[in-house]
Amino acid sequence: MGNIFRWFVPRSGKAARQRSFLGICSFLLPLLVWCLVSYVPFIWHPKILVVDPGGVDYFQVGMLVDKSVFRDELANMQLQHLGVPHGEPANPIYLPAPHQVAKAFYTAFTTEPEQKDGPWLHESLWHSVKIIFWGFVISSLFGVPLGILSGTYSIFGRLSEPFIEFFRYLPAPAFGALAVAVLGIYDGPKIAIIVIGTFFQQVLIVANTTRKLDTTILEAALTLGTRRISLLTRVVVPAILPDLYRDQRILLGWAWTYLIVAELIGTSTGITWFITQQARYQHFDNVYAAIMMIGILGFGTDLLLAKLGRRLFPWDRSLDRT
Amino acid sequence: MNIESTLPGYLEQSDAVRARFDRIRQREIILEVRNLGKHYSSAQGDVEALRDINFKVHRREFICVLGPSGCGKSTLVRTLAGLEKHSSGKVLLDGKPVLGPGQDRGMVFQGYSLFPWLTVKKNVMFGPEMNGRDHDEAERDARLWLDLVGLDKFADAYPHQLSGGMRQRVAIARALVNQPRILLMDEPFGALDAMTRAKMQTHLLDIWRNIDITVLFITHDLDEAIFLADRILVLKAHPGEVQEVIEVPVPRPRSAASLSSPEFRATKARLEELIHPAAAQESEEDQVVKPHMIRFTNVTDNVE
Ligand SMILES: Nc1ncnc2c1ncn2[C@@H]1O[C@H](COP(=O)(O)OP(=O)(O)O)[C@@H](O)[C@H]1O
Ligand SMILES: [Mg+2]
Repeated sequence: MGNIFRWFVPRSGKAARQRSFLGICSFLLPLLVWCLVSYVPFIWHPKILVVDPGGVDYFQVGMLVDKSVFRDELANMQLQHLGVPHGEPANPIYLPAPHQVAKAFYTAFTTEPEQKDGPWLHESLWHSVKIIFWGFVISSLFGVPLGILSGTYSIFGRLSEPFIEFFRYLPAPAFGALAVAVLGIYDGPKIAIIVIGTFFQQVLIVANTTRKLDTTILEAALTLGTRRISLLTRVVVPAILPDLYRDQRILLGWAWTYLIVAELIGTSTGITWFITQQARYQHFDNVYAAIMMIGILGFGTDLLLAKLGRRLFPWDRSLDRT
Repeated sequence: MNIESTLPGYLEQSDAVRARFDRIRQREIILEVRNLGKHYSSAQGDVEALRDINFKVHRREFICVLGPSGCGKSTLVRTLAGLEKHSSGKVLLDGKPVLGPGQDRGMVFQGYSLFPWLTVKKNVMFGPEMNGRDHDEAERDARLWLDLVGLDKFADAYPHQLSGGMRQRVAIARALVNQPRILLMDEPFGALDAMTRAKMQTHLLDIWRNIDITVLFITHDLDEAIFLADRILVLKAHPGEVQEVIEVPVPRPRSAASLSSPEFRATKARLEELIHPAAAQESEEDQVVKPHMIRFTNVTDNVE
């Protein structure tokens, strides 16, 4: 018993082995649920996969029918003494089993696009990554300096933040039509949506991070003879850098969530185009694989950036706790 | 008590001590504070933090400012540093009015004020570099001062790897490398444990003895003030006013033995007289915070 309760002590999970074990579990648990639903016939399986249509004229091999329909037809055939249909319980088409999706991870890359000159999956993915990259870079180029200025000098903050507070409640996709009118139908409006979705949050978050800087650090710098501009470049910026880096990681995740909406604007491209195409042909295994690829790309980048952060800022104490 | 009655008065000075004070008075004045007043206007209303403060500090004098918490010690030292604007009066450094922070007044803070992203050496180099010295010169100076505070071995460590005492040593080196006219210290050893604090006090006196520096040291610890100071400026609270300026009769050089000398005890008795009546009065905090003690243990289960 004692052993079990030890796991629930808050903030005690310091042992690295225990932590990575729990980390793996957090992925295995949902997978386990998915496996149960997919492979254990009596858990959900609301459909019947027809194996032998028997005497039912509209049944075909491989067809999915509702359980109730199948039951009715079975009773019908028995009444009429015709061949009874055979089938096995199955899940709806939109819930493929784990092994099907796993296979799709590979086959999605190797199957030719449905349309002759359509992009392959890896090309679609790369296109999406480029959209995210440029959206995030452009947003950061303006958002980070403005955030730092707003956080350091109250005049900047008072002048910009009320409007930004207002603007961030305007949903970025609402600007889609406008963006198309201004920037055309290709990548321009997509990048614009990501910029709009990220920029305003970015300014506020960065300004807040900057404001949290310990004033003693600033005062110490002042008593050492630091003048205005160097106070910003030599003290404020380096002091907030690790927190700024963490903010940027969170904001990059934010940018990813805008990706799908952004790619629907104008001509659909990238991974979104792939997903909508596959859904149209009812290749839901491919759809799931593509959705997961977005997750893996985003999460993977974040893990990498977190690792990099630990190397970049060896003096940052708050990294020890995460 | 018998011993108390045989104590000399705190105003009595031995010839050596009196001669020393005469010599100090003949040195030039580094810092002069004239009719200094400071108001804070906050949401809760107007606070008069300092009223009509007057004093002069001579070159290479060691001044302590002593007073209960909230009496305006930090306000005073921050005003001298130029981090706060004063409401009335004058602060003159070498005869010139103080308008803002500058490298001619070094400051050591109570809290953690080192730059965490810089190594110990880079922290010390920061001041010289800000004041236009080139990198090599700054590095040479930094090495010298780190050696002086005994931390040359930790030059490449980051502040978080140091103990509290070592951090304050670095902070002292960082302030002194700029060669300020006066070193302002706001309860710099307040957060240290008793043993480290004693070591740091001795170390600070060593530094002060060996270099041309004037020190204005804030503390609320009577022993610390007497051990360190030539003169003690005793402040009283609400508003912060100078109550008395005491010339400490304890002879120098001072050591741990000085703590039990009759002069030390006489001075301490006087300081307690000055500080204590204020403490005996109910402070604002005491009027609001009234513990209501309930007994949670069995009546037979006594610890005293
Ligand atoms: N920024 C401020 N705004 C308003 N009141 C302040 C401010 N700083 C200090 N005070 C008030 O001034 C008085 C002196 O404070 P302080 O100088 O910090 O005292 P000490 O350092 O002696 O403990 C206190 O009553 C405090 O409440
Ligand atoms: Mg204070």
